[in-house]
Amino acid sequence: MTIAVPNLMPALPEIFVLTMASLILVVDLFLSGKNRFISYVLTQLTLLGAAWITVSTGSLEVTHTFSGMFVDDVMADVLKMMTYITVSVMLVYSRGYLQLRNLFQGEFFVLLLFAMLGMMVMISASHFLTLYLGLELLSLALYAMVALQRDSSPATEAAMKYFILGALASGLLLYGMSMIYGATGSLDLGNIAAAIQQGTGSRTVLIFGLVFIVAGLAFKLGAVPFHMWVPDVYQGSPTAVTLFIGSAPKIAAFAFIMRLLVEGLPGMMHDWQGMLIVMAVLSMAIGNITAIAQTNIKRMLAYSTISHMGFLLLGFISGSLNGYSASMFYVLAYVLMNLGSFGMILLLSRQGFEAENIDDFKGLNQRKPWYAFLMLLVMFSMAGVPPTVGFYAKLSVLQAALQAGFLWVVVFAVLMSVIGAYYYLRIVKVMYFDAPQDQTPIAAQPDISMLLSVNGMAVLALGILPQPLMALCAYSIQHSLL
Amino acid sequence: MNFETLVFYFLATILLFAGFRVVTARHPVHAALFLVLSFFTGAGLWMLLEAEFLAITLVLVYIGAVMVLFLFVVMMLNLNIEKMRAGFWSNLPLAAFVGLLMAIEMVLVLTVAGRTIGGAPVRHAAGYSNTKELGLLIYTDYVYPFEIAAVILLVAIIAAIAITLRRRVGTKHQDPSWQVSVKRKDRVRMVSMPAEVGPAGTGSLPPGAQKEGE
Repeated sequence: MTIAVPNLMPALPEIFVLTMASLILVVDLFLSGKNRFISYVLTQLTLLGAAWITVSTGSLEVTHTFSGMFVDDVMADVLKMMTYITVSVMLVYSRGYLQLRNLFQGEFFVLLLFAMLGMMVMISASHFLTLYLGLELLSLALYAMVALQRDSSPATEAAMKYFILGALASGLLLYGMSMIYGATGSLDLGNIAAAIQQGTGSRTVLIFGLVFIVAGLAFKLGAVPFHMWVPDVYQGSPTAVTLFIGSAPKIAAFAFIMRLLVEGLPGMMHDWQGMLIVMAVLSMAIGNITAIAQTNIKRMLAYSTISHMGFLLLGFISGSLNGYSASMFYVLAYVLMNLGSFGMILLLSRQGFEAENIDDFKGLNQRKPWYAFLMLLVMFSMAGVPPTVGFYAKLSVLQAALQAGFLWVVVFAVLMSVIGAYYYLRIVKVMYFDAPQDQTPIAAQPDISMLLSVNGMAVLALGILPQPLMALCAYSIQHSLL
Repeated sequence: MNFETLVFYFLATILLFAGFRVVTARHPVHAALFLVLSFFTGAGLWMLLEAEFLAITLVLVYIGAVMVLFLFVVMMLNLNIEKMRAGFWSNLPLAAFVGLLMAIEMVLVLTVAGRTIGGAPVRHAAGYSNTKELGLLIYTDYVYPFEIAAVILLVAIIAAIAITLRRRVGTKHQDPSWQVSVKRKDRVRMVSMPAEVGPAGTGSLPPGAQKEGE
């Protein structure tokens, strides 16, 4: 008997990451505490190697392999590249923080790589099974990373909440998927789309399943009314882990929605559009209004994430290629801003001190004018002030929604972002016009400080010249949706 | 009544009996052992349905691993049997009602609906192995999700160890490599002492014993 070996080439980045993660797991056992940086370097090399493989095996065609469960298209390649970059930057930012808090351990890097593998699986999934398994791989690694700081009770509490609500969300998602499977008789996204097009399966069962799927998605994305876990998890986790949770998984979540709703269930667009509108409007409102009352900057940024997810959903609501590429641009811009803001929190933290209160940013301009300026850029971008990338991201999703005829949603979104500007600008005010409470010199390693500068400059540069990234997003969406 | 039906009724009777005893047994260890018996007969029923793989997995995983662990826990915890059984009679009416309802539902599904569910499974030839068929499917069409599931299990192991393993200072543990390389001089110290000569009258006792007695 012969078994046809599937074409492994498209999945080479995944295979490489898995191999390296297992290798680091073993190598780390033989390292003493002093040589732990070897694991760190190996992790960075893994990201570099995966990026090289992704670029060199990338093609413009859509390739399916593993009996149609794995898809490799331009969108997958671009999103994977962005994921590598994000994880790599995140690692650089959090190195010092982890070392001071006894978290600079092999398990951290291994779990990080496995979480990234989960994201890659999600990005390249074209089957309910792989979508779900990728999500579980990502979530399981994230729960563990939140709980890694065992002696901190906020971290344990956050991990517990995250785990229980995450498990619930997975259950909802799986239940929805089983309904869709029952109605269409297939788990393959392409077949499901075709079956719905032909009108097979009861409409009621399909919508029933869709409700559960959208609820599960909203949980994972942190959109209102399924956002309760976000502030607690953001605040309780070690800041390095918060940075991770807030950045790369959002890229994967974007891919997840693209695959599940846009590729798998395009025939039910009118149904999910309605649900997403409600979620987007509520997220923008509750996220922005609640963020005003926060004094903890991690918590404030958590609410800001919720509102940003609302904006992200606006692009999907428009249901056009334009809208999807605007959403993709938004998620990439958001990740860039998120890296900048949490990178700054990590930079200001030191042994036994977490710069997690807004007061800790008081008078940053007098202490380090350059860092204050970088933070100002990031905050302006989050608020959507031109000429930063955040402005262009907001503009493009709003434009897409307007083209689709959702005038009142757009007006509401603009109003909400005006409210949101208040708490972002408050940080700027505190940095520039208040006297510093804390005169401890800020000691930053040169690579962190340099990368943070590049990050801040990128926020500005992409705001002035958004065309290349926008074109890349539009191109990858066009070549992936057929 | 052919042989197969006979086997079915035989196993089913044992299964029902074992299931009943799980609930009514006085001692938790006995209850757990009856649960093992019910799993085992359940596996036998699956074997009758030609689901060998499921049957053997049930025996290996549930009886071999889960139930053994369960028994360990039951034996190690100091359970207060009287306290556990205190609510038995007061809970019985409700439990009996729920059980009866479930039984009626099952009867309804199987009879009143007027349609046969599934019907008899298709018979396969003697050489047919569903383990092999399952393996063929898992290792060809479903190899990718199968591998991801394996990675998820690996992550679960890493996470569980990373979160629970603590190296406390001052814990006492044995290192076998040190134990085997131990020398006599590490354990025993020879001290040379001058022999003591006791008084003439107490000659019956050895000198050492007399010294300890003082």
